[in-house]
Amino acid sequence: MKCMNRALSVVTLFLCAAVFSGSLSADIDVYEFQTEEQRQQYRGLIRELRCPKCQNQDIADSNAPIAKDMRREVHRMIQSGRNHEEIVDFMVERFGEFVSYRPKVMPETYLLWYGPWVLVVIGLLSIVAVARARKARRGNGQDKVKVSDADHQQVETLLKRYGDSPVDKASEEAQVAEDKSGLIAGQTNDKGESR
Amino acid sequence: MNKRLVYLTPLIVAIGLGFILFTAIGKDPTKLETARLNDPIPDFSLAGLQDPGKTFTQSDLKGKVRLLNVWATWCPSCRAEHGFLGRLASEGIDIVGLNYKDERDTAMQWLNDLGNPYSFNIYDPRGKLGFDLGVYGAPETYIIDSSGVVRYRHVGELNDRVWRDSVGPVLDSVITAERSPK
Repeated sequence: MKCMNRALSVVTLFLCAAVFSGSLSADIDVYEFQTEEQRQQYRGLIRELRCPKCQNQDIADSNAPIAKDMRREVHRMIQSGRNHEEIVDFMVERFGEFVSYRPKVMPETYLLWYGPWVLVVIGLLSIVAVARARKARRGNGQDKVKVSDADHQQVETLLKRYGDSPVDKASEEAQVAEDKSGLIAGQTNDKGESR
Repeated sequence: MNKRLVYLTPLIVAIGLGFILFTAIGKDPTKLETARLNDPIPDFSLAGLQDPGKTFTQSDLKGKVRLLNVWATWCPSCRAEHGFLGRLASEGIDIVGLNYKDERDTAMQWLNDLGNPYSFNIYDPRGKLGFDLGVYGAPETYIIDSSGVVRYRHVGELNDRVWRDSVGPVLDSVITAERSPK
């Protein structure tokens, strides 16, 4: 039973996929062109022109009446030999800069055209800055391990007391000393690795 | 100092973004700029709706300040604003209709049933003048000055609020500007 349900849902999914992939492009009108170039020009234009009514679709994708009208106009203008730029200008004249997915470079669109590059430059600069800072810090660490004066003194006293100590000390004292030096060695080792 | 600047960067970016986004609040993204603003009405030659024998051209829209209302019987908002247009007409405002991508019979029926606020109607079944004007959805209402230049466009239904907030004041200012001697 469970298996049946699963099979059914898979079939439904496939059906949905089939239906929706079919509706992905609303450009179902049939237009004839004399040359392959004109057909390519048409393809390019309907992908570059934006539907004023359904704002986030190009006119190839939209089945709004206005998109249909625009496709018809594009076809008509291509047939009469107009070039890409003329057709885009024709649409912009009527519907504003909005209709072009590739707006002209002008003060209002500087942010749009150059903003991403500015961000890339800022990003690269910060990567360089961070890398430099990190390198400088690491360089310092390799040159000298910072040891506080108090630690240094403790090491000195311990070395003085046990470093050259004869073996014939009391066994208990030697044990304690070993423990202590082990502890200290461990600490410095930890510090050394964490740097 | 340098480190503080680094820590402050996200805050500065957030404030900047917040400012940009804040200015966009309340803006309707479906309202587009009017490409034809301050341009003369494009050339056209179309028959009348009620009088198919008559041909209207752009020069018929010159001579006085008027509204050009783009309407169609298939457009629900046009029905909604029709009563308001009637009121404007009764206040003496000249409204020219542009019957957009419609059928003559149903359009005539509509005017018979709901009343006719228009001084005349241009019949544009293929949406040709509409396209040249940049109409992307009915209803749209244009303010045309006496030299046939587009001075304002409103996209969507006309009603009291829209009239009070935008269209009415613009119409008044266009009329007063024309009355005052240059």
